[in-house]
Amino acid sequence: MALMRSLMLGALVMLALLGSGSLLAEAIEVRSFDNPVTEQRYQDLTATLRCPKCENQAIGDSNSPIAADMRERVYLQLKDGRSDKEIIDYMVERFGDYVLYNPRLEGRTLLLWGLPGALVLVGVVTLVLLIRSRRKSRLQALSQEEQQRLAALMKREVGE
Amino acid sequence: MTRRLLLLLPLLAFLVLAVFLYRGLSINPFERESALMAREFPDFSLSTLADPQRQVDVSLLQGEVTLVNVWGSWCPTCRQEMPQLLALAERGVRLVGVDYKEQGTDTAQQRDKGSAFLRQFGNPFEVNIFDPEGTLGFDLGVYGAPETFLVDAEGVIRYHHTGYITAEDVDKVIMPEVEKWR
Repeated sequence: MALMRSLMLGALVMLALLGSGSLLAEAIEVRSFDNPVTEQRYQDLTATLRCPKCENQAIGDSNSPIAADMRERVYLQLKDGRSDKEIIDYMVERFGDYVLYNPRLEGRTLLLWGLPGALVLVGVVTLVLLIRSRRKSRLQALSQEEQQRLAALMKREVGE
Repeated sequence: MTRRLLLLLPLLAFLVLAVFLYRGLSINPFERESALMAREFPDFSLSTLADPQRQVDVSLLQGEVTLVNVWGSWCPTCRQEMPQLLALAERGVRLVGVDYKEQGTDTAQQRDKGSAFLRQFGNPFEVNIFDPEGTLGFDLGVYGAPETFLVDAEGVIRYHHTGYITAEDVDKVIMPEVEKWR
C-alpha cells in the first residue's frame, strides 16, 4: 500500500516536472509531521494558497522565495495548533484576497459567485417560456373567419 | 416593438462582457493594492542596520509622513531605484529603509552586505531597519523588493508602490501622495 502510494507519488512528481519543464521543483523542502492528518492539512493548505509573486501557482509548487516563506509559516502555525481558517486569515491579512484560489463569499464577490447560477436560471426560464409559447401557438384553434378563408383557399386549389 | 427591442438583449450582453474582458486584459497583475492599505503599520521589534544594539519599533514611524522602502543588496532593481530615493530625500521626504533578507551565513555578514550596498549607491534613509529573516517584510505582505509604503504621521499606511520608483514616478506619483498626507 505504502509502496504503491510512493510509486504513484513519484509518477505524479515526474509528470509535474515534465509538465512544467523545470527541475527546480526539486528545491522544495520536505517537512515532517508527527500526524498524517496534519500532513494532509499542510498539503491542502499549500495547494489552495496562491503564491503572490507568481502568475498562477500555488505556494506548494512554487520556488519563489515568498512561497517558501509562506510554506514555512503554514508549517509553523500548523505545529502551533492553529486552524485552517486562522492560517488562511493570517495570509489574507497580509497578502490580500489574491492568495485565495477560491474567493470567499462576501458582498464584493457576490457577483462572481452568483452570476453563473443567475445566468443558468435566466436560460432555463427563457427556454421554458419559448417552448410554452410555441406549443400555445400550435394549439390555438382557428377563428371562424380563418376557417372560412382556409376552406375557400383549399377549394380554389382543388378547383384548379 | 418591445419584442424587437428584446432581440437586442444578446448584443447588449455581449457588449458589456466585451468591455469587462477588455479591461481585464489591461490589468497588471503585479499592481495590486496592498492588503494593509489604510491600516496601521505592523508592529515590529528589530535592530537597525548600522547598530546591532539599537532596537527600533513601530513608534519610529509616528509623527511625520514617512516613506518606508523595502530593499536588499541582492535586488538589482533596488539599485536602479536609489537615485530616485536620494532625490526624494533631498526634497525633504523622510525615508526609512527596511534591509530585507540579506543573504549570508550569519547576521554580521548580512549586515556587511547591506552596509556595502549603501556605501556604493548612497544612503537616503534616516534609519534602516535590519530585517534578515524577512519577518517585517512578511507582515507587510512584501512579495518582491523593492516595495515602498507611504505611512502618514499617525502610522497608517496610505499608499503602496510595488516595483521600483522611476524618475517619472517621483514627480507624478510619490510627491503628490506625500503632499496629500502631510
